[in-house]
Amino acid sequence: MTSVSLNLPLAQLSLVAVFAAMAIYTLSFLVFVWHLTSIASEDKAASAKSANLQKFGYGLLVLAVFVHGIGVVTRGIAASRVPWANMYEFSVSGSFILVAIFVFAWRVRDIRIIATFVTGFALLVLGTATNIFYVQVKTLMPALQSYWLVIHVTVAVLATAFFNIAAALSVAYLLKTSAYVEKSQSKVVGFARRVLAAFPEQQRLERLQVRFNSIGLVLWSFTLIAGAIWAQRAWHRYWGWDTKEVWTFIIWTLYAGYFHATSTRGWTGKRAAWLSLVGFTAIIFNFTIVNLFFKGLHVYSGL
Amino acid sequence: MSQRSEAFEPDTTPDSPELGLLGWLRWTWRQLTSMRTALILLLLLAAAAIPGSLYPQRSADPNGVTTYFQGNPELAKILDWFQLFDVYSSVWFSAIYILLFVSLIGCVVPRTRVHYRAMRSQPGEVPAKLTRFPGYKKTATDASTKAILDAAEATLAEQGYRLVRRKDSISAERGYLRETGNLVFHFALIGVLIAAGIGGGFSYNGQRVLVEGEVFVNNLASYDSFAPGVFFDETQLKPFSVALDKFEVSFDLKNSTNIGTPLDFRAYVSSKLSGDANASSAVIRVNEPLELPGANVYLTGNGYAPVITFTDADGQISFSGPVVFLPQDANYTSLGVVKLPDSKPKQFGVLAFFYPTKQQLKTGAFTSIYPDPIDPLLSMNLYVGDLGLNDGSPENVFSLNTHGLNQVAGGKSGTKAVKLVIGQTVKLPKGLGSVTFNGLKRYASLDIAYNPAELWILLFALLALGGLGVSLTVPRRRVWVRKFEGGFEVAALAHNDDPRLPTLVDDFVAAIAPKKGRKK
Repeated sequence: MTSVSLNLPLAQLSLVAVFAAMAIYTLSFLVFVWHLTSIASEDKAASAKSANLQKFGYGLLVLAVFVHGIGVVTRGIAASRVPWANMYEFSVSGSFILVAIFVFAWRVRDIRIIATFVTGFALLVLGTATNIFYVQVKTLMPALQSYWLVIHVTVAVLATAFFNIAAALSVAYLLKTSAYVEKSQSKVVGFARRVLAAFPEQQRLERLQVRFNSIGLVLWSFTLIAGAIWAQRAWHRYWGWDTKEVWTFIIWTLYAGYFHATSTRGWTGKRAAWLSLVGFTAIIFNFTIVNLFFKGLHVYSGL
Repeated sequence: MSQRSEAFEPDTTPDSPELGLLGWLRWTWRQLTSMRTALILLLLLAAAAIPGSLYPQRSADPNGVTTYFQGNPELAKILDWFQLFDVYSSVWFSAIYILLFVSLIGCVVPRTRVHYRAMRSQPGEVPAKLTRFPGYKKTATDASTKAILDAAEATLAEQGYRLVRRKDSISAERGYLRETGNLVFHFALIGVLIAAGIGGGFSYNGQRVLVEGEVFVNNLASYDSFAPGVFFDETQLKPFSVALDKFEVSFDLKNSTNIGTPLDFRAYVSSKLSGDANASSAVIRVNEPLELPGANVYLTGNGYAPVITFTDADGQISFSGPVVFLPQDANYTSLGVVKLPDSKPKQFGVLAFFYPTKQQLKTGAFTSIYPDPIDPLLSMNLYVGDLGLNDGSPENVFSLNTHGLNQVAGGKSGTKAVKLVIGQTVKLPKGLGSVTFNGLKRYASLDIAYNPAELWILLFALLALGGLGVSLTVPRRRVWVRKFEGGFEVAALAHNDDPRLPTLVDDFVAAIAPKKGRKK
């Protein structure tokens, strides 16, 4: 690669699409919140309408993910490469894949209830991306010019999306099984209790959580192996305990622990759910704090 | 160590208070190989890996460790005592993963035995009371026992169940692959660990900075730095040579957001497998190493090597050749050192800056504004005094210890730094002689690395991945069918709670029940 043409107007368009998607996500998020409050409502009429609200929210979500997709694709075309070479692009593409998977997972009825969490999280990621991580479109540094960028990063993003949905289910599980939520006399908690009543029953939440985490773990293992192969090509060794490698290992080990917990007496249920959350926290930590503040070879935040 | 259902887990609490030594050992072994211990060790391993990302590690970032020692000498000593600069080879980290692997072996070996037996034996008897299972259905029919069991057998066989048909019942089981996958996964992990251990022992990697026109010959003396594994033997080094003919860099000059960003680094090399063999040319790029027998050659860095000649007061050439300058920023403002211990009348050292495309700042200092040599400038600070090279102790060629030296040019010395453009010769102050900037070359930093086990590690890793995938996706189920007078009953049990079991049983019953016997 000795010469590349960057398309700056198209990159501008991409940013506009991302902002437009954020606006629609916000609407969708609000509709999902409204849906949650209405199913918790003691007013029968409002409660009956809630199914329509959820459909409306889903319609908005599909529209948002479509516009978001335009933002991702145009960014890629503007840069003549895959659109995930710095933290801004990684966040925008990653949140797109998260929501896209969720839109597909909509077929599983019990999953729909976490829509508020997923849209809220996507909004948070996009807000951070556009406000803090934004960089103008740039060419790839030679170290990233490899087809492994496509494989390694795509699978890492996919894994993250599955872990993310599982984490949302873990939160729901923990709230639902919390003694405090069950017993508290407070009005707010009472309301939360009614919202939670609309969530799938405990066992179902637990099983869904295991399902999403297991897909996540397989994908994460693949990420780790693909990363090692790439490292062997680029840095002469398949593994060198670079900070990013360390955290990939930590995350893998935490989720391996999670799966042992799901079949260890005394560790199923709440403890496993907490482990699932610890694992996801490590992923977020790896993407933010490790990328920005830790010294290592994976220097591509672009900031 | 994984996915074992609760019912099959041996009770780890011993009943007898009188254990004796053997009993204690057995108890300890059982504790160690329990899933709970594996879980705790995994979490411990994750936690123990964290400090390695907080403190610089000797293996990944030796310069970082040196800097840490300079910055916090007291604290560094304490951290070092706890092996916090060598976390991944430390006693405590090793202890955790060795225990983990012992626990793993102690768990999967007996499980393999159990699984092997299960695979060779038939599914067991139909339990007496089928109603207690999560999937259960009783159906009335006047069909014959043969008709029902024939239909059930056909349907189950089609769905991949292994089954035993008895007088009036069928026991069926499927999903043995789940446990097989799980065991393969764990054994493959042991494989990865062993391959990594052995491979690491026979591996080596070394670094060499090669200026355009120079040749690297693969023997120990040619390396700038070399890190062998514990079993490494010098005869492992295959006698190849690599010459750097030309080094090219493409920087972006076209896109406004991207000016000066490197697009491509290319090291044009000719390699020979032995002294009298024909040379073959190749291009090494960042992600495209040169593969030679017994080692790969990687491009890890590059920079400028200005060709400089020093002539001393007696007219003798005290130094002449390319000097490797280390880049300090994205525009290749570079720093180089020349030491002239034999220069007359007195020895001196040079701390030089190279600016490929110079620009003078308001303060008078220079900087580089573009990484290609469009308007190059070489600027030198001179230090007179004992360079400390005569006692033979090893010293860093990239740094000049100015402590105890007297600066005679540049900085606050009162004399301006010596500045040169290509082709220029300048007289040095204090009668030190003269210097010529003859020309400019580029250099490449090469890594030469060899690890015989890479392919094995990859194979085991992929095997582990496959095993993991299978063990997490293949459902393991048991189905029982029992015919009785006037009807039949079906029950199903899954390895993990499976929400689809009742539906599964419904579908199965629908498939085998004779059409006329079904209730409307």
